[in-house]
Amino acid sequence: MTATSPRPAKTEKARRVGRDTAHSGIRESAASRTIAMAVMIVATLYFLTPIWWLLVASSKTRSDFTTTAPLWFADFALFDNIAALFDYRNAVFLRWLGNSALYAGVGALLATIIAAMAGYAIAKYSFRGRELLFNIILGGVLVPATALALPLFLLFSQVGATNTIWAVFLPSLVSPFGVYLSRIYAAASVPDEIVEAARIDGAGEVRTFFTVATRLMAPALVTIFLFQFVAIWNNFFLPLIMLRDESLFPVTLGLYVWNTQVSQIPDIRALVIVGSLLSIIPLILTFLGLQRFWQSGLASGGLK
Amino acid sequence: MQVFGGFTQYVAVFENEAFWSSIGRVLLFGAVQVPIMLGIALILALLLDSPLVRGSKFFRLAFFAPYAVPSVIAAIMWGFLYSPNLSPFTGVTQSVDFLSAGNVLWSIANVVTWVYVGYNMLIIYSALLAIPSEIYEAARLDGASQLRIAWSIKIPLVVPALVLTGIFSIIGTLQLLAEPQVFQSFTSAVTSTFTPNLTIYSTASVPNISLAAAMSVVLALATFVLSFTVLKLTQRRTAA
Repeated sequence: MTATSPRPAKTEKARRVGRDTAHSGIRESAASRTIAMAVMIVATLYFLTPIWWLLVASSKTRSDFTTTAPLWFADFALFDNIAALFDYRNAVFLRWLGNSALYAGVGALLATIIAAMAGYAIAKYSFRGRELLFNIILGGVLVPATALALPLFLLFSQVGATNTIWAVFLPSLVSPFGVYLSRIYAAASVPDEIVEAARIDGAGEVRTFFTVATRLMAPALVTIFLFQFVAIWNNFFLPLIMLRDESLFPVTLGLYVWNTQVSQIPDIRALVIVGSLLSIIPLILTFLGLQRFWQSGLASGGLK
Repeated sequence: MQVFGGFTQYVAVFENEAFWSSIGRVLLFGAVQVPIMLGIALILALLLDSPLVRGSKFFRLAFFAPYAVPSVIAAIMWGFLYSPNLSPFTGVTQSVDFLSAGNVLWSIANVVTWVYVGYNMLIIYSALLAIPSEIYEAARLDGASQLRIAWSIKIPLVVPALVLTGIFSIIGTLQLLAEPQVFQSFTSAVTSTFTPNLTIYSTASVPNISLAAAMSVVLALATFVLSFTVLKLTQRRTAA
C-alpha cells in the first residue's frame, strides 16, 4: 500500500475492505461505476421479475388474475388460494410435496453418505485399480442422468419394481459428482496423521470415518447434499417414465400433469400457479439458510 | 420370451430421421444458447468481482435465485409470461409470438438461460475469488483499467471454470426435456420429436421401449463423446 498518487477523501471512503483494497488504488471513473450498476439492476429485474410475478399472481382471486395489473397486488387472496389448493382432490398436492421431501431429503442424505465413503476410500486407501475406478466414476459425471432413465425403466420392469417408490428413490442415491468432490476434499482436508492417530487409539476404520473424517469434510458434504437435493427435487424424466400412480408423484410431475389439463379444466390454472410458488419456497429457503456452506463448497469443486 | 437382437435396435436408431433431426435441433440450440449464457455469466461474475459494484452480496443471491426453481416450474412460469393475453408484458407478447414454430426454440433458450446463468456465474465467481489479489496490484500500479485487468488477467485465469461450466451446459442441452414438454401445453409448435429426450419419451409411449432405450444409449454416448472432445480440445489449447 504505497500512496504514490494523492487520493481525495471521498474515494478513501469508497474503498472497500479486504481483498478489494488491493486493486482499487486508483479511483474508478463515475461513468464506469454507473454503467456497472445499471447492468446489475437490469440483470436483477430479469432474474427476479418472473418470481415476483408468480408471487403476485398466487395472491389474486380468479377474476382479478385476468383483469388487474399482473405485476401488482389486488385483493390479497393468497391464503384462500393455498387453502383451495390443499383442499383439491383430498389434499393430493400435500401428498406430492411430502413425496418430494421424502425422495429429495432422504435420497440426498443417503447419497451424500455413500459418496463421502466412496470418495474417502479412494483418497485414503491405496488398492489395485483405484485410479481406474475413479476414472470410471468420473466418466459417470459426463453421462447425463436422463439418458439412463429408459435403461433403468427396463431394469426395474424386470423385477416388477416400476411404479413404486423404489423406482425413483434408488437411482437418486448415486452421485458421481459427489464422489469426485469427496475425493478431492478428503485428500485436501483429512491429514493422514489424524487417520493414523485414530487407528493407534483403537478406532476401527468405520468409526474413524464417521467420527473424524466426516467432520473435516463437512463443507463438501453440505454442498453434495444440497446439490443432490436440488437435482432430485427438480428431477422430472425419471418419475415421468417410472410412475403411473398419482399418489407416488413428486410435486414437479404433479404440477406438470395439472398444467396439461388447464385447457379442459380452466379452474385448475390458479392451482398450478399457487402450487408452483409453494414448490419453490423450500428450495429458496434452504439455499438462503445454507449459503455460507455451498458457496465455499462450489469454490473447491469448481477450481479443479 | 426375450431374444438377444444383436444390433437391430441400433440400426433402427440410425435410420430414425426424427431422432437425428431432434439432435440437430438441440445442437443448434446449444451453439447459440451456451455461449450467450456463459458470456452473461462471465460478465456478471467479473462485475461482481470488480470494485465498481456495491451490494455484491445481494446481487449474487438475486442472480442465483432462479437456480432454485425446478425446470418444470420455470417453464410453466415463462409459459404464462409469453402468453399473448395473460402476460404482464402484453404490449410485447401481442406483437411478437414467442410461442410460434419459428420462435419457440429461442423462447425455451431464454428459460434455460434464466435458470442457469446464476449457477454458472457463481462457479466463475468462485474461481475469480481464488486469484491472489497481488496479481492485480502490479497491473493497478501500472495504471491498467478494470477492463484491461479483466481481459488480460482475470479471464485467462478462469478458463478452467469456463470449460467446466461449458461441459455441464453441453450435457444439459442434449438432455433438454422438461421445458419443451411443458411448452406443449402452451403451443402446438413443440412436436413430440422436438428434442432427443422427447423423441425417446414418445417412442417409449408407443410403446417401443427397446428402440427408445437404444436411442438413450446412443444419446448418452454422443453426449460423452462431445463433452470429452471439448475437454481435450480446451486442454490442448490452454497447454499450448
